[in-house]
Amino acid sequence: MYDVNKIREDFPIFALSINGKPNTFLDSAASAQKPKIVIDKMNDMYLHEYANVHRGSYLLSEEITLAFEQARETVQKFVNASSSSEIVFTRSATESINLVAASWGRKFIKSGDEVLISEAEHHANLVPWQVLRDEIGFKLNICRVNDDGSFDMEDFRKKLSSKTKLVAITGMSNVLGTIFPLKQIISLAHAGGAKILVDACQLAVHQNIDVKDLDCDFLAFSGHKTYGPTGIGILYGKYELLDSMPPYQCGGDMVDIVTYEHTTFDVPPARFEAGTPAIVEAIGLAEALKYLMQIGQDNITNHENELTAYTLEQFSQIKGLHQVGTAQGKGGVFSFVVDDIHPQDLAFILDKEGVAVRVGHHCAAPLVKRMGHSSVARASLGLYNTKEDIDILVKAINKAKTFF
Amino acid sequence: MTIDELIENFAFLDTWEDKYRYLIELGEKMPPLPESYKTAPWQVKGCQSQVWLVPSKEEDRLHFLGDSDAAIVKGLISIVLLIYDNKSPSEIKAVAVDDIFAKIGLKEHLSPSRRNGLEAMVAKIRQYADIL
Repeated sequence: MYDVNKIREDFPIFALSINGKPNTFLDSAASAQKPKIVIDKMNDMYLHEYANVHRGSYLLSEEITLAFEQARETVQKFVNASSSSEIVFTRSATESINLVAASWGRKFIKSGDEVLISEAEHHANLVPWQVLRDEIGFKLNICRVNDDGSFDMEDFRKKLSSKTKLVAITGMSNVLGTIFPLKQIISLAHAGGAKILVDACQLAVHQNIDVKDLDCDFLAFSGHKTYGPTGIGILYGKYELLDSMPPYQCGGDMVDIVTYEHTTFDVPPARFEAGTPAIVEAIGLAEALKYLMQIGQDNITNHENELTAYTLEQFSQIKGLHQVGTAQGKGGVFSFVVDDIHPQDLAFILDKEGVAVRVGHHCAAPLVKRMGHSSVARASLGLYNTKEDIDILVKAINKAKTFF
Repeated sequence: MTIDELIENFAFLDTWEDKYRYLIELGEKMPPLPESYKTAPWQVKGCQSQVWLVPSKEEDRLHFLGDSDAAIVKGLISIVLLIYDNKSPSEIKAVAVDDIFAKIGLKEHLSPSRRNGLEAMVAKIRQYADIL
C-alpha cells in the first residue's frame, strides 16, 4: 500500500508553508526535493567520516573509499548494470552527455557520418551534438514528434541510415511527458549498426531502469532529479565501449603510470573521474536510490500514473486550458497554456497560492517552438505529490483566470 | 503620477490580489510600444517573458519606452519607467530602486532569480546611462 502522506513526512521541506499556503511543489522535473535520510547521510559523512577517497592509507580514507565504491554498486543495482565498473560518476547528466560527445564522439564519429536525435531533446542532448558536428563535420539529423507529442516511429525509421553512428535520445520528454518506445528505438538503432545513448533524466525518476533489458550503450541521468543531491550525475556505459574511449578530463586519480614524458591512463570508470570526485554527493545519491528501491519503482510508477490520469481529467475541465503534449501513456509532466494569460503571469499568481510550477522554454526552446509556443507553464509530479496538490493547482489556475 | 503617489496608492492595497490587479491596470495604461520596436535589438535578455526597452535622449535627460507580452511584468515595467524616465544619467545612477520596490511591497520581483526581466531591465537602464 502506497501511503503518500507517510512518504511526504520523509521530506522536511513539505512542513514549511509558502507565502502562508501549503507547499504545493509541482516542479520536480526541474529538481526534486530531498528525503531527510539523504540530508542526514551527507551531514553524517561530513561530521564523522570525511576524508578523500582512493588516496590515504588511514582509517577514514579507507572507510569513505569503501562507502564511495558501495555507492557505485548501488547505482549499478538501480540501473541493473552488469558491473559497477560501468558506472561513471560525473557532475551532472549534462556532463555525462558531454563526456560521451567529447570522448567517444570525437574518436568514433567521422566526417560524413550521421548522429540522430529527436525534436524532444532538451538542450543538454542537443547542443553538445551541434558543437561536435561543427567540429567534425558529420550530419545531425532530427527525427520528429507528432503534434500530440508522441514519437514518430515512421520518421525515425526514415532518418536512421547505415551512416548513423549514434542515436542520442530521451527516454521521457521533460516538456511533453511522452515516454519514448525505447526498446523498439534501440533495437532498430542496433540493427542499423548505430550505438545508442539514452538521456534518462526524467525516465529514471518515474520508471524502472534496466540497462540490460534495454540494451542501450550509454545512459545518463542526474542525481538531483532522482531525489539526491546536486553536483552529481551518472553515466552508464557498456564496459567495452568505456574501455575503448580516451580520457575526458585529465588529472589525478585517472592515471596509471605518470612520468614527466608520458602518462598511461587507468581503466574505466577511474579513467573518466579525474580529480577529487563529488564524494559525499555520490554517497548521498546512493542513499536516495536506496530509498527509491525500498519504496519500489513500480509502486512509484503506479502512484504517479494514477495521479497523471487525475491531472489530465482535472485539466480537461478547465476552460481555456490547452495541454502541450497529450501522447498516450504519458508520464507526470504537464505543459500547458491558458487563453489570455501569459505563463509568466500565471506563475506569479500560482506562487502566491503556494504552487511552484516552471515557466518558459524548459531548456528545450526548439521543442516548445515546434509545439507552437514561445513559453509554456509546466507542472510536474514527484513521488510525494497528492490529489490535493492537483486540486490546489486547479483552483489556483481558475483564480488566475479572474485576473485577466 | 509621481513615485510617492504610486507608493501611496500601493499602501492602500492590503492583499497581493489587489496589488497584482493594480499592477495589471498600470500596465494596461502604458502607452503602447510600436510593433517596429518589438525586435531583437530592443529585447532585454534573461526573461521568462518577452521584454523590450527603447531608450532615447533629449538634452541631458534619458527617456524610455518599454513593453512586455506578460501583463504583470508590463505593470512592473511601468513602475521601472516611472522611476527612471526623464532623469539625467547621474540621477539614474543615484536611484535606490530596491528601496522603492520595498516600499511598494514588490521587492521580491527585483530578485535576480525571478528572471522576470525586471532586474535585467534595471541593469540595462543603468548601462544606457553610462553610454548615452
